[in-house]
Amino acid sequence: MNDYLSGLGTYLGRYDVLGAFWTNIQLTFWGALIALVLGTALALMRISPIASLQWVGAAYVNIFRNTPLTIIMTFMVMGVWTTLQIQLADDFNSNFFRLAVIGLAIYHAAFVCESIRSGVNTVPLGQAEAARAIGLSFLPAARLIILPQAFRGAIAPLGNTLIALLKNSTVAAAASVSWETSSTMKTMIEFNPNYLWETFAVFAIGYVILVIPIGVLTTWMSQRLAVKR
Amino acid sequence: MSSSVLFDAPGPRSRAWILGGNVLGALVALAVIGWVLVQLDAKGQLSWDLWGPALSARTWEFYLLPGLLNTLRAAAFAIVGSIVFGLVFGMGRLSHITLVRRVCGVVVEFMRAVPVLLMMVFFYGLFGQLFRGLDDKAFVAVVVALILYNGSVIAELVRSGVGNLPRGQGEAGLAIGLTGGQTLRSIQLPQALVAMLPAMVSQIVVVLKDSALGQLIGYPELLRSGVIVYSGDGNPLQVLTVVAVVFILLNMLLTVVAHRLSKLLSSRTAGTPLEGTGIGNPTAVAGEPGDGRTARD
Repeated sequence: MNDYLSGLGTYLGRYDVLGAFWTNIQLTFWGALIALVLGTALALMRISPIASLQWVGAAYVNIFRNTPLTIIMTFMVMGVWTTLQIQLADDFNSNFFRLAVIGLAIYHAAFVCESIRSGVNTVPLGQAEAARAIGLSFLPAARLIILPQAFRGAIAPLGNTLIALLKNSTVAAAASVSWETSSTMKTMIEFNPNYLWETFAVFAIGYVILVIPIGVLTTWMSQRLAVKR
Repeated sequence: MSSSVLFDAPGPRSRAWILGGNVLGALVALAVIGWVLVQLDAKGQLSWDLWGPALSARTWEFYLLPGLLNTLRAAAFAIVGSIVFGLVFGMGRLSHITLVRRVCGVVVEFMRAVPVLLMMVFFYGLFGQLFRGLDDKAFVAVVVALILYNGSVIAELVRSGVGNLPRGQGEAGLAIGLTGGQTLRSIQLPQALVAMLPAMVSQIVVVLKDSALGQLIGYPELLRSGVIVYSGDGNPLQVLTVVAVVFILLNMLLTVVAHRLSKLLSSRTAGTPLEGTGIGNPTAVAGEPGDGRTARD
């Protein structure tokens, strides 16, 4: 038993498992930041009364929500970098990392947009009518009545999108980010097939540890902040 | 009255503003599209020499269509398997036996937290060890990983579908003398299934998209066929665009079906039809099940 544990310890020590997780966390952080900005802009376009902007927002969402992330990631490397020769950093690794972040952001912005829109949709029309009735004009009504309720309604779907983004950051493997978790796990399994179960357990538990708190926190927040109707 | 919660029915002045914004927005959008096309043209990417091979009959007959067929095959197996898995574990999570509820809860939460790609890589390694002669281990790994993940999502849909029913449905079942299990099976579940049908159709979109992950473990699906085509013809941008368009059209069709279904079915259930979000975890509805049993562990 001790032999087994020390063997497992040396085996895991030979690979940078924590570094791999740190890469995915960084991919998630930057991807989420850009996706939030882009997705909010798209949501504003889709809820605006201006038809051309609505159309652009809807087209973006329909295109990128329905494309497999693997294709977007492959496209970032093979289309954007190899073919169009758009380089985002001088050294190879940062370049792949940034391409992967952009790919993640482009894909998830569509879901951020829909999350925010579904938040706005949770606000009943009567709230807007009541705001008008007490004499608030557009900006005060939006700032004081509608948007605070909309943000609360958007927390749960945004949390789900963040969890999906964290898990989808493994698809950065398709954008040649070969030091992230799924690629590291693949290499470890290929060279050490006798530790197959242990390797999977380590990575799976790593994700459970990362995902569950986000889920618990966003569910707790969305329930605590929920507008009782 | 306008249908938007943020904007009133516009008066003459706002109508003028909206018209101006509309024209300006359209011009900016067209300018961006035009700029992209000019940039692509400057790099020679609009040339028919590159698009032609991506659209040729030979490419479709020998690469893209067989790839698409494999994508659909994996998706079909995965969907059927996920529905079975989802029903079993969804009912398990609503069971009145604490142990069954706990075990099903742990399994479902675990499967939902682990990235599908990690499961595919693991099962690919596992089936390689277990069945040395298996030719199709990539296919089996893709299908099993998709079943475990999407089945868990469907299990959650079953649970929230039952949770979203009015409390009276379960109470009525108990009042006429049915047991908890009978109430679940003959009153709540049928209505919950109708309510979750649109979300299940949306889940097919997730399965189709995730099947493209199979390319990373060597399953010959549509994206992999595309990779083979552009490796030969040297036109990744064009081939990947064509492959993406195929996925987009398929998935948009499914989304339309899901939307129609949810409208059609709203009279057939006491709950509200759930539509999926297309990203895997549909917004989990914190539900209280109709018969007062705790659905949450």
